Amino acid sequence: MQSAVATSAAPPPVIAAGAGEADVFLTLTVAEQACAVPVLAVRDVLGAHAITRIPLAPGEVAGSLNLRGRIVTALDLRQRLGLPPREAAAAPAMSVVVEQSGELYALLVDQVGEVVPLPAGGLTTNPPTLDVLWREVSRGVQRREGHLVIVLDVARVLAIG
Amino acid sequence: MDDLLADFLTETHEGLVALDSALVRLERAPDDQPTLSEVFRLVHTIKGTCGFLGLPRLEAVAHAAENVLGRYRDGTLAVTAGGITLILSALDRVKAIVAGIEASGTEPAGDDAALIGALDAAAEGQAVEPPPADIRHALDSPPATEAGAIDVARPDPAPVEAPSAEMATTDLAGGAAPQTIRVSVDVLENLMTLVSELVLTRNQLLQLARAHQSDAFAVPLQRLSHITSDLQEGVMKTRMQPIGNAWAKLPRLVRDLAHELGKKIELDMRGAQTELDRQVLELIRDPLTHMVRNSGDHGLEAPADRRAAGKPETGRIVLNAYHEGGHIIIEVGDDGRGLPVDRIRAKALGNGLTTEADLAQMSEREILRFIFAPGFSTAQQVTAVSGRGVGMDVVKTNIEKIGGTVELTSREGRGTTFTIKIPLTLAIASALIVEAGGERFALPQIGVVELVRVGAAQDGAPRIERIKDAPVLRLRDRLLPLVSLAGLLRLPPAAEDAGFVAVMQVGGQVFGIILDRVFDTEEIVVKPVAPILRHITMFSGNTILGDGSVIMILDPNGIARAAGVGLDTAVEEERRAPAAIGMRSNAQTALLLFRAGDGGPKAVPLGLVARLEDIPGDRIEMSGLTPVVQYRGALMPIVPVSAGWVAPDGEARQPVLVFTENDRAMGLAVEEILDVLDEALEIQPGTGRPGFIGSAVIAGRVTEVIDTAYWLARAGDDWFRGGVAARRDAVRPRLLLVEDSAFFRHLVVPALSAGGYEVTAVDGPVAALRLREEGVPFDAIVSDIEMPDMDGIAFAQALRAGGTWSEAPLIALSSRAEPADVARGREAGFTDYVAKYDREALLQSLADCLSAPLAA
Repeated sequence: MQSAVATSAAPPPVIAAGAGEADVFLTLTVAEQACAVPVLAVRDVLGAHAITRIPLAPGEVAGSLNLRGRIVTALDLRQRLGLPPREAAAAPAMSVVVEQSGELYALLVDQVGEVVPLPAGGLTTNPPTLDVLWREVSRGVQRREGHLVIVLDVARVLAIG
Repeated sequence: MDDLLADFLTETHEGLVALDSALVRLERAPDDQPTLSEVFRLVHTIKGTCGFLGLPRLEAVAHAAENVLGRYRDGTLAVTAGGITLILSALDRVKAIVAGIEASGTEPAGDDAALIGALDAAAEGQAVEPPPADIRHALDSPPATEAGAIDVARPDPAPVEAPSAEMATTDLAGGAAPQTIRVSVDVLENLMTLVSELVLTRNQLLQLARAHQSDAFAVPLQRLSHITSDLQEGVMKTRMQPIGNAWAKLPRLVRDLAHELGKKIELDMRGAQTELDRQVLELIRDPLTHMVRNSGDHGLEAPADRRAAGKPETGRIVLNAYHEGGHIIIEVGDDGRGLPVDRIRAKALGNGLTTEADLAQMSEREILRFIFAPGFSTAQQVTAVSGRGVGMDVVKTNIEKIGGTVELTSREGRGTTFTIKIPLTLAIASALIVEAGGERFALPQIGVVELVRVGAAQDGAPRIERIKDAPVLRLRDRLLPLVSLAGLLRLPPAAEDAGFVAVMQVGGQVFGIILDRVFDTEEIVVKPVAPILRHITMFSGNTILGDGSVIMILDPNGIARAAGVGLDTAVEEERRAPAAIGMRSNAQTALLLFRAGDGGPKAVPLGLVARLEDIPGDRIEMSGLTPVVQYRGALMPIVPVSAGWVAPDGEARQPVLVFTENDRAMGLAVEEILDVLDEALEIQPGTGRPGFIGSAVIAGRVTEVIDTAYWLARAGDDWFRGGVAARRDAVRPRLLLVEDSAFFRHLVVPALSAGGYEVTAVDGPVAALRLREEGVPFDAIVSDIEMPDMDGIAFAQALRAGGTWSEAPLIALSSRAEPADVARGREAGFTDYVAKYDREALLQSLADCLSAPLAA
C-alpha cells in the first residue's frame, strides 16, 4: 500500500484507499510552509552540516556534503520551490536525506517536524490555482491541525537540471 | 617457468581436484552419463594441453586414461571398481608428474610403461584387475619418490613403504596447488573500493590527530597509517597486470597486416612487463591496437618506397612502455614516412575545421593535432585496415576518458611517434588541493607541468599581464595563455597581485590556470558526481578530503575546452553543433567594430578578417594610382574606406584589416579599430550607399555593416575567379546556401540576410542532402558549382531526382559563367545561373524565382 502510493507518479488526484489506512509521512517546514515526504523515502535527518558549494551547478543545488563517507548532493528546498532565500541570521538548515536510484540527496529545510500518519483518503487534489512550480512537485494537499500540508513527490522534487 | 606453463599448472590443479570427486561419484553410480562426460572432458583437456606444451610423459598417461574413459563413455566398456581405481592411479601419477614440473620446471624422468600397459589392457576390455591396493602402491611409489627427490633420476626406484608413499603424495598434492588462485574481478573491485574508503578514513583520522595532539593515539595511528598504505599497495598489486597482456595479439595483427599490405614490418615490443591497473589496461587495449594498425597501414611505406628513400626494406613499429612518476608512458612509434603536414593542412581547411588565417599562425605541431579531429583521415584510399576517418578521435577520446593524454611527434620521412600518458590506476589519484574564488578544488596532478608563483608582491616573481583583456604570463620567453579558474567557475575573483599559476599540458596545448592559493597534495579517491551534475564538464568527479569535507575534482580537459584553449575547442563545438547547420544569420556573430570616414561606427563579421595589422605609413607605396604595401612576400593593395584618404606620414601607423583568400590579400584602411563583439546580426537593408549592405544596432549604436564584396572588388577584379566555388541558397523566408568556402559563406550570408532572407549555410552537398533527409524545408537553394566530393551539377541532379526539394528553385553561383557552363547547369536542373559574386544579380534572381517558383 505504501509503496504503491510512493510510486504513483501520474497526477494523483484522490488516492482510492480505505479510509482507515494511512501512510506515514515526515513533516517539515520551508519558509513557514508545512510540507511532508513519505517516511519510507527518508534515509537520514541531519542537523547543520558543512556543505561544499558547487560552481556552475543548477541554482537549486546547494552543494554536496559528506554523510559518513558518502557524498550527498544537497538541494535547497526553498530554491526548488521558488521561495525567498534563508535569512543569514536564521537557524542553520536541516537536511532530510532521501534516496533516488541509488544516489543520496539531502533536501535542505528550515525545520524537521515529526513522523505522522496521514490518512491516505484524505489527500485532496492540488487546487488549480496553485503555482505551476508547486503543482509539479506536489502530490496533493492535506489538512492537518488547522494548516495545510503539501505532500511532496520526492522524485519530482529531484527532477532538476 | 613461463606464464603458459604456470597457467597450465593452475588449471590442471583445478581439473585434478574436480576429477577426484567426480571419479568417486562415478564409482558409486557407474551409469551416470553427465559425470562420465565430465571426467572424460577433464582428462581430455589435460591431455590436449600437455601435448601442446611438450610434456610427453604426462600426455602418454593422460592419453591412456582417456582411452579407457572414452570407452566407458561410449558404453562399450562397463564401469568397474577396478577400472576406476586404475584411472585414479593414473590421476595420482599425473599429480606426481605435475608436482615435479612445478618444482623443477620440466617433466621428471620416470617409467609409466606398467601403468599405461594396465590402462591399455583395461581399454581392451581385459579384466586384468590386479588387487587395487597393490597397484596403487606400486604405481604411486615411483613418481612420489621422484618428486620428493627431484633431479635424482632413478629408473628403478626402490620400493617405498606404502604409508610414506601415500603421505608424500598427499603432501605434494596439498602443497602444490595454491601458488596462484583465481579470484573473480568483482571481488577485487570490491576490495579496491573498501581500501579506498579505508584510505579516506585514515586520512581523516590523521588530520584529526594533528589537530588534537592526542599523544595516546599517535603510535597506533601511525601503525594504522602504515598498514593502510601497505594494504592499499597490496590490493593495487592484485589488480596490476603487465601491459604485455594488452599487446599479446599485436604480433599476429602486424604479421597479417604486413601480409595484406605487402609490406615488411618488424614489431619491437619493449617494457612488456610494465604493470598497470587492469581496468586501465582494458581501456587502453583497443586504442593501442588501433594505433599500431595505423602505424603499419599509414605510417610505414611499401618496401620499394623504403628502398628508394634509402631506408631498410623492413619497417619497424616500436612499442615502448615505462613508468614515470605515478603514470605509465606508452610510446607507439614507426620509422615510416611521417605525417604529411601539407595534406593535413589542406584537409583541415577542406573540412572547415579551421581557416586559412588560423592555419597560417599554427605551428606544425598544432596542425598535426588535426588528425585527432572527428572524421579526419588523410589516407588517400580507404583500405580494409584503416582510413575511414573514424579512429584517432576515438583513440583520443578514450584516452582522455581515463584521465590520460596523447601527444605526437612526427618528422617527414623519419617516422611518427605517439606518446600516451595514463595514470596507473583510476581508483586513487594524486591531486593538488587549490583554492580559487574562496572555494577549494582538487586538481589532478597528471596534467600539471609546474606551479609558478606570480604577483607584484614578490621581487622577481613573474607578473600576470594583459593583452586587451586576455591574461598571459611570460614564462621563459614563452607567452602562456592563462585562464582564471574563478572566472571560469563564475566565482568572485581574488586580487591578482599574488597567487599561483598551474601550468597545464593537455594534449598538445600548454596553458596556465590562475589560482588564488595552493595547499598541498593529497591522495584522492575519485567518485563520480551525482547525475544532476554530470553536465558540468569542468569537473571529473568529487571526493572526500582528510578533513571530511567534500571537494570537487577539476577536469583539465574540460577546463581547456571551456577556456577555449587551442584547437580542441573548435572540434568540440563542431561536434556539438548539428552537423549540417554551418551558420545561421540570426545566430550570434563575432563582429569587428571600427571607425572610418564619416558617420558612426562600421562593422564587419570577424570571420572575414584574416588579420589586423598596423602598417607604418612609410611602408605604403603607390603602384600607379593604387596604394600597396609589401606584405608577406607579395604586394597587397590597400583600399581606404573613407574618401580622400591619405597615407600617414613616416612613422605614424595605419590600421588595416587584412582579407585573404588563397594567395591574395587585400588591406582595408580604417581609422581606428574599436572592439570585437558577439551580436546577433540583424541587418536592416540600407540606403543603397555603395560599400555597405545595411545597418544594424550593435552595442546600442547604429552601425553600418560593410559589404566586403564591394571593397574586395575595388582591390582588383580577380577575387572571384579561380578554383574556389561558392554555393548559396537564398529564399525569401528560408534559403539554403551550399558553399564549400568558408570565406564566401561569410561573404554571402550577411548580404542575403540583409536582403531579408533567413539563411542556413552548409559546407557541401552532402551536408545539404542530410538536411533534406531530416525534412528541413527551404524556399530556395543557392549552390556553388565547383566543390570537392560532389559538385553542384551532381547536387542539382540529385535534388531533381526526387525528394522534398525537387521543386525548389535552385540557383547556381559560380565564377565560371560562360554560356556552355550555364547550359550545363540548366540541364542539370538549376533554375538560374549567377556569376560569382554578383550580389545584385543574386538578389534579383532570388526575387524572380520566389515570385514565380515554378519558372524554370
